[in-house]
Amino acid sequence: MKKFTPATQVDFVIIGSGAAGGAMAKELSTSGFEVVVLEQGPRLEDKDFKHDEFKIRNTPALVNDHALQPNTFRKTEQEKAKLAQVISYGQCVGGGTVHYTGSQWRFHEIDFIERSRWGAIDGTGFADWPITYAELEPYYVKSEYEFGVSGVGGASPFESPRSKPYPLPALPIKSAGVLFDRGCKKLELHPVPVPSAILSQPYQGRQACNHCGFCEWYGCERGAKSSSLASVIPAAEKTGRCEIRTGSYVREISVDKSGRATGVIYFDSRRQEVFQKAKAVVLCANGSESPRLLLLSKSNLFPDGLANSSGLVGKYLMLGGTASASGIFDEPLNEFKSVMATRAIEDFYDSDAKRGFYGGGRIDGRWGFMGPIGYALGGLPPDAPTWGTGYKNFVKENFNRTMTCQSYATSLPLETNNITLDPDLKDAWGLPAMRVTYKDHPDGMKTKQYFLDRSLEILEAAGAKKKWGNPVRETTTGGHLMGTCRMGDDPKTSVVDKFNRAHDVPNLFIVDGSSFVTSGRNHPTCTIEALAFRAADHIVKAAKNGSMKLAV
Amino acid sequence: MEKIHETVQGHSRRSVLAGSVAGLSSIWLATHWPGILAAQEHAHTVAKSGRPAALGFFSPDQAAEIESVAAQIIPKDDTPGAREAGTIYFIDRALTTFDQDKQAAYTQGFNDLRAKTHELFPNADKFSALNQAQQVQVLTAIEKTAFFGQIRLHTIVGFFANPEYGGNQEKIGWNLIGFEDKFAWEPPFGHYDREYKQS
Repeated sequence: MKKFTPATQVDFVIIGSGAAGGAMAKELSTSGFEVVVLEQGPRLEDKDFKHDEFKIRNTPALVNDHALQPNTFRKTEQEKAKLAQVISYGQCVGGGTVHYTGSQWRFHEIDFIERSRWGAIDGTGFADWPITYAELEPYYVKSEYEFGVSGVGGASPFESPRSKPYPLPALPIKSAGVLFDRGCKKLELHPVPVPSAILSQPYQGRQACNHCGFCEWYGCERGAKSSSLASVIPAAEKTGRCEIRTGSYVREISVDKSGRATGVIYFDSRRQEVFQKAKAVVLCANGSESPRLLLLSKSNLFPDGLANSSGLVGKYLMLGGTASASGIFDEPLNEFKSVMATRAIEDFYDSDAKRGFYGGGRIDGRWGFMGPIGYALGGLPPDAPTWGTGYKNFVKENFNRTMTCQSYATSLPLETNNITLDPDLKDAWGLPAMRVTYKDHPDGMKTKQYFLDRSLEILEAAGAKKKWGNPVRETTTGGHLMGTCRMGDDPKTSVVDKFNRAHDVPNLFIVDGSSFVTSGRNHPTCTIEALAFRAADHIVKAAKNGSMKLAV
Repeated sequence: MEKIHETVQGHSRRSVLAGSVAGLSSIWLATHWPGILAAQEHAHTVAKSGRPAALGFFSPDQAAEIESVAAQIIPKDDTPGAREAGTIYFIDRALTTFDQDKQAAYTQGFNDLRAKTHELFPNADKFSALNQAQQVQVLTAIEKTAFFGQIRLHTIVGFFANPEYGGNQEKIGWNLIGFEDKFAWEPPFGHYDREYKQS
C-alpha cells in the first residue's frame, strides 16, 4: 500500500472509510488523485471475523466504544443530558458496511419530493431534496455493480424505474421468507426478494455466500458481504495512490485565512497529534461524527463551527423508525442459517392521508435474534416462562420455529433533534463528547404502531400458532444516522449543495448520511453509496476541467 | 483499536460499558435493555483462554449453591441442563475477569439465598441440600431480585455462548435447541423453504 508523509500535500484527505468513504476513495484514486483515508478503527481481515455471539454482543469489536467516546442523551433541549449509549457506528476499515445486515434498498422517487407531494408538516423541517431520484439513478446502478448486490430488479411493483438489473440473482429464499410470502399474498400484498449486498454467486474475484448465518452485527469471514472492506477499498489501494491510515482520530479540519480547508489534525494510534496536509477534504465520518467534527472545528473565521453559517450543522438528526412482531410456527424454520432477510414488502412505503398521520416504510420477514444467546434472552413472548423446565422447553421447542416481521420506517426531520457538543463531558482524547437530543414526532410513533399492526396481520395470515408484538417505544438509540448536514440549494437553509460541497468552504465535501434531507422509508446505505459516487463523479470532472480549483 | 485502548490511561471503561450497546440487533435494541454482560477486550481474552482447571472466585461451598441455582434455571430432565454444561465455570470466570464488579453482589446473593432457604425451611442450612420442589419454592420467592436476574443472565449467556467460554461444554446448550455450528449451509434450510421449492 502507498504511504504518504503528513507533510505531503495529498489531493484529498478522506475522513472515514465506510460506505461513503470507501466509494470516494476508489473513485478519486482510480481517477488519478492521491488520497489518504483516515479511519478511527483498526483494519480487520476475513480471518478476524469469528462466529462468536458472546464477543460481538459484549465488546465493541466492530463498532464505536462508548467507554472511550461517551454520548449524552436528552429528549428535549430544556433537559440536562445524561450519560447514555445512543449512537452506534462501524469503527474499522469499511465502517458500518462490515457489520451491517446488507439490506440494500434504493430509495423511491417519492423520497426526494415528499414536501411537494405531501405539503408542510407542522413543527418539522420537511423539505424536498435538491436532486431527484432520476438524477441519482445512474449512481444507484454504479453502487450495485461496484459493491455487488443480489436481487431481482423490477420485482416490486412499487420500485422506481431502474436502468439496469442487479448484477447478481437473488439469494435463496429461507423459511421465514416463505412464510412471509405466504402471509402477504393472502392479504393481497406484494412480497419481493430483499436486495442484499451479499454475493449469491462469485463476483469480481470474491467468493459467494456460504450461508453461515452470521451477517447482522458480524463481519463476513469470506468477503461475501459487499462491504467497503471487501470491494472498493482494495480497488482503491490497488491504484498505488491511496493510503488507508487506521487508528486515526480526527479532531479538526483546518482552514487558512481565506476560509479554505488546508488539511486535518488527528491523533494517531499513539495519541500524538498529526497534521495531514491536503488540497481538499472529504468528510465521510457518518451522520453523527461528521457534524461533531464540524462543530469541533471552530476558528476565528468559523466561530460556530466549520461550514455552519446556516446554523444547521447537527440539526435534523433522523434515526429511522423501527417496529417488530414475532410469531411461532409448527415446523422448523432453522433461521440460524443463511442471510437475515429474504422477502419484504413495500406496499405501505408511501404515506397515505387516510391513515391520519404521515409516514411509510417497509416490512421484511427474518429471524432477528443474532444467535442462540439473543434468542434465549430476547426471542420469547412476554408470557413465556423465564426460568425452569418451562423456560428450557420453550427455548428448545421454538428456537428454530420463531420468526420476526421487522419494519423500518420514516422519521421526520425536526430541528430539535440534533447532535451538539456536550458542555461538560469529554471523550478519552479530551474532546467534548457527543450530545444527542432526540424525541420522535407524534406521527413517527403512530407510524411504528401502524407497522406493528400490519406485521401481526401478516404473521396471522402466514399461519402463526402464536404471535406477539414488541410494544413500540420512543427512539433513544440509533445506527442509521441521517440528516445532520442537510443538502440544499440555499446556503441559508442547508449545509451542503447538491453535489455535497459545503456552501461555506469550497474545498470541503461532506458525503454520508448527514446530507439526507428526509429519512426515506428504507435502509440508507445504498443511497449513501450512490450519493458518494455522484459527488465523486462531480469532483473528478470539475477538478479535471479546471472549474473546481484544488488548493495549491 | 487495540492500540488506542492501551494508550488511554486512567480512563474507566467499566463505568460506561455497563449495558453495552455494542452488538445488539435492532430488534434487540428496540425491545430489550437488560444491561447484559459488559466486558473489556483484555479481560475477554483472558476469559477465553481455555477450560479452567479450578474455580477462581467461588469457594466449593458457594459453587455448590450457585450451581444448584443455575441447575434450576436450566434444569436437567430428559436432556442435560446448566449443571451438566458446566455453566458454573462460566459464571466463576466471569467474576474473575470481565464481571469482577459483580463479585460483591454474588457474595451478598449467596448469603441472602442461605437466609431465604433457612426462612422457608428452618431445618435446612443449604439451598443445594433441598429437594427439587423446595428449591423451586425458594427461587420463586426471590425471582424478582436483582441477584436472581443476574444469575439467570449469567446462566443463560454461559449455556448458549461458544463452548470455549466454559459454560456450554460439549455444546450441550446448542444441541438442546438444534443450533449447529457448521457455519456453512446449502438450501433448503428449513421445512418451509423445502416445501416451497417443491411447489
